[in-house]
Amino acid sequence: MGESPRMTHLEALEAESIHIIREVAATAQRPVMLYSIGKDSAVMLHLARKAFAPGRLPFPLLNIDTTWKFREVYEFRDRVASEPDIDLITHRNVEGLEQGINPIDHSPGVHTDVLKTQALKQALSKHRVEAAFGGARRDEERSRAKERVFSFRDRQHRWDPKNQRPELWNLYNPRVADGESIRVFPLSNWTELDVWQYIHLEDIPVPALYFSAERPVVDRNGMLIVVDDDRLPLEEGEEPRMERVRFRTLGCYPLTGAIRSEAETLPEIIHEMLLARSSERQGRAIDHDAASSMEQKKQQGYF
Amino acid sequence: MNDFDIHEFLDQHRRKDLLRFITCGSVDDGKSTLIGRLLFDTQQVFEDQLAAVERDSRKYGTTGDAPDLALLVDGLQAEREQGITIDVAYRYFTTERRKFIIADTPGHEQYTRNMVTGASTARAAVVLVDATRGVQVQTRRHSYLVHLLGIEEVLVAVNKMDAVDHDRETFEDIERTYSEFAHQLGIERFRCVPVSALTGANVTRSSEEMPWYEGPTVLEWLETVPTGARSDAEGAMRFPVQYVNRTRSDFRGFCGQMARGSVSAGDEVVVLPSGRRTRIREVLLHGESVEAGRAGQSLTLTLAEEIDVSRGDMLVHSDRLPRVGDLFDARVVWMHDRPLLPGRQYDLKLGASEVPGTPEIIHHRIDVNTLEHHPVEQLDLNEIGYCRIRTSRALPFDSYETNPSTGSFILIDRVTNLTVGAGMIVRPVTDPVSDKSENVVWHRQSVDKRSRATQKAQRPAVLWFTGLSGAGKSTVANALEQALFQRGHHSYLLDGDNVRHGLNRDLGFSDEDRVENIRRIGEVARLMADAGLVVLSAFISPFRADRALVRELMEDGEFIEIHVDAPLEVCEQRDPKGLYAKARAGVIRNFTGIDSPYEPPRDPEIVVDTSKLSVDECVEELLGYLKRRGILIG
Ligand SMILES: Nc1nc2c(ncn2[C@@H]2O[C@H](COP(=O)(O)OP(=O)(O)O)[C@@H](O)[C@H]2O)c(=O)[nH]1
Repeated sequence: MGESPRMTHLEALEAESIHIIREVAATAQRPVMLYSIGKDSAVMLHLARKAFAPGRLPFPLLNIDTTWKFREVYEFRDRVASEPDIDLITHRNVEGLEQGINPIDHSPGVHTDVLKTQALKQALSKHRVEAAFGGARRDEERSRAKERVFSFRDRQHRWDPKNQRPELWNLYNPRVADGESIRVFPLSNWTELDVWQYIHLEDIPVPALYFSAERPVVDRNGMLIVVDDDRLPLEEGEEPRMERVRFRTLGCYPLTGAIRSEAETLPEIIHEMLLARSSERQGRAIDHDAASSMEQKKQQGYF
Repeated sequence: MNDFDIHEFLDQHRRKDLLRFITCGSVDDGKSTLIGRLLFDTQQVFEDQLAAVERDSRKYGTTGDAPDLALLVDGLQAEREQGITIDVAYRYFTTERRKFIIADTPGHEQYTRNMVTGASTARAAVVLVDATRGVQVQTRRHSYLVHLLGIEEVLVAVNKMDAVDHDRETFEDIERTYSEFAHQLGIERFRCVPVSALTGANVTRSSEEMPWYEGPTVLEWLETVPTGARSDAEGAMRFPVQYVNRTRSDFRGFCGQMARGSVSAGDEVVVLPSGRRTRIREVLLHGESVEAGRAGQSLTLTLAEEIDVSRGDMLVHSDRLPRVGDLFDARVVWMHDRPLLPGRQYDLKLGASEVPGTPEIIHHRIDVNTLEHHPVEQLDLNEIGYCRIRTSRALPFDSYETNPSTGSFILIDRVTNLTVGAGMIVRPVTDPVSDKSENVVWHRQSVDKRSRATQKAQRPAVLWFTGLSGAGKSTVANALEQALFQRGHHSYLLDGDNVRHGLNRDLGFSDEDRVENIRRIGEVARLMADAGLVVLSAFISPFRADRALVRELMEDGEFIEIHVDAPLEVCEQRDPKGLYAKARAGVIRNFTGIDSPYEPPRDPEIVVDTSKLSVDECVEELLGYLKRRGILIG
């Protein structure tokens, strides 16, 4: 790697992400890294470890637990949490759960707002976090294309599109007043293909749900829903059947649809992705609401 | 895609490099269509996105039945409806050779601020010109900003060629006009390509419609243009310390992204601004020890000694130092509604340093359309000013031109925490009034030739008088030095009296000794010029080659050869020391003009003929000359 002055695009992205991660570690009092257990989180964590090697991560991971993730995802999380260099905080919106909010009886919007967005705000306020890393990428969705790497949030955790700071060169502005915070996106310039390619090259572990396997599914609203446990009440005439499916993105069960797939290895996943004719967010019920739904969610404090 | 080999693909994809570029154009030049075309033709568009575009095309589109590719990249419906300002949107696409990041800046108001932001990370620029309208004021503005931000690779996409019947002359007219002002701006390299974003002609495919055009398509150009990585890797080492890693008790590493050059284990480095020297013990890339680290990489360095290094410091090689100072002139782009006011304090972030900084003077504002300079009292939103900035402590920096990553800074409002300005350093300023002590401690070279000369309000120079014995060199040089002294200049006269009896008393008059004599005098003159002095030397110095040697020692324009001319007969007649008589009598040998040659200068800076002018007239002549040359200021 060392001989030519030329960096590959992945090396360049890696160097940029590490620069961003270190900048936060150097300037924030109490940063956390949002850890959603998906592939983007896996890459972000891997980069953070590289950023501080041979030292340790100087900040904890924060997992917002809706309690509605797949079992396998929780197992994966617990394995990561048990690693010696990891300090993982888990936060749930206890009031929301006590009120019985869930993705089966409530709309995806309500579920996400209470168990994800509200939960996140609670956690950030509780730990007085002024900088939180997130794994979002600009290529995920049209309206994310203009998102800053350092995205400023006011005291109510709201994103004010009129009040974002210009970002020039690699000179990020991490300043916040008391109670305000910054969301930082080290993977801003990565594409889905870059992420998979990097996972492959660096041999980064990701949950097995990304790989194809026989799983019990039902067809619902045009989505393939995997029946992960008995919390999913089956509707009239619904009969789970075994199909070879996998996930492109790991949202909340049962809001995230699976795709039919034979891809069992990373190269096969990448191959499939190259042939795919739809973007990864399509599998998420929450994004279907309105054209600019992401904007609204962000303004409310969604990641 | 059946015979497609994923492993081959992955291998190829792994080796791609990365190019960041900016697209600039005014509203309706077809910028969105061009980007949409690039994304679409390189298959970055998914079906669901295309469906959304088709849906939107019916609602907002301008292209009839065909999907309006511009809508692929707009995605800014919400902004349009809510009046939200966006400065830059980033787009991604990849080809077999490269991954690309496009900084797409909307062409509305706020243009300067947006474009400067987008251009700050770009290494290449695509400037759009609408063929039906030709080169506009905006084209000049875009090109100026591209140049201001130091982007060296420029492509001018002359768009909508389909709307002008793919006419060659229209294109060539535009190319000529553009070439003229590119030249004015100092843009050295650019390429014009006739395109139709609508049909894709010369964007991603060669155009049958324009067989007369033989150059690359936009995509071919993008795939081959230099990414800047090479020049970054070749420069002088600049390592801004971003983070001190002490996350393990037995480890202390200095983290940062190498801004320029490279570093190897064992290298001697200087820590700035403290000036402490030490060696690199280890270069770590992601925790692994590597032989060398280079520009662009995020590294961790460990040092041979436990010395104090903190965030904001810079590690550099000792033979290629940046400036360390607290005063510089810079171009500042203002990005906020509340104007920049001279005297107001902001926080200045340069590399990993954050210090209070004050724009003390606005020399002028630069009109981005006309490039004219205007005196102003303040800088408003989207204005660019040339300002003098003082920081509360000395920082290491370079000029933006030589090194953008150590020559750029942002200004942060100390109350609102907003980023309000962006700056590019043009040059350091030496301030004779300010306390020099801080500058002196860090390194012996902090007081350099220029600062010593500025302190004396003069430019160093070597006035080299040459001519026959008795031509009047010493007399004129003495009189000139007296005149300089009276005017407050700092000078020193080297002549036979003070050199032959000391420094060169071991030398005789053989050809070899004469050469060595002049060489030594040249070196002494150089040191004195380095000290900021105007040096006068009055020696026969008969050989051209020797004088050329001394000239070589000096910086350009510093060596001024003065031929003190008088015919040999006149000199022999004057014979003030009786030397000609002795030479003629053979008492002394190797006497210039008699039995040793004098080679008169072919191209002296100035000649004074002492057989025609009085000493005072010679001095007047020389003073006038030195003023015209800017050597004597005032
Ligand atoms: N005839 C022609 N029209 C074009 C071409 N490129 C763009 N346009 C049209 O010019 C208008 C402005 O294009 P758009 O891409 O939205 O411009 P932007 O404001 O620079 O992003 C639209 O009506 C486009 O369809 C071209 O190559 N030929």
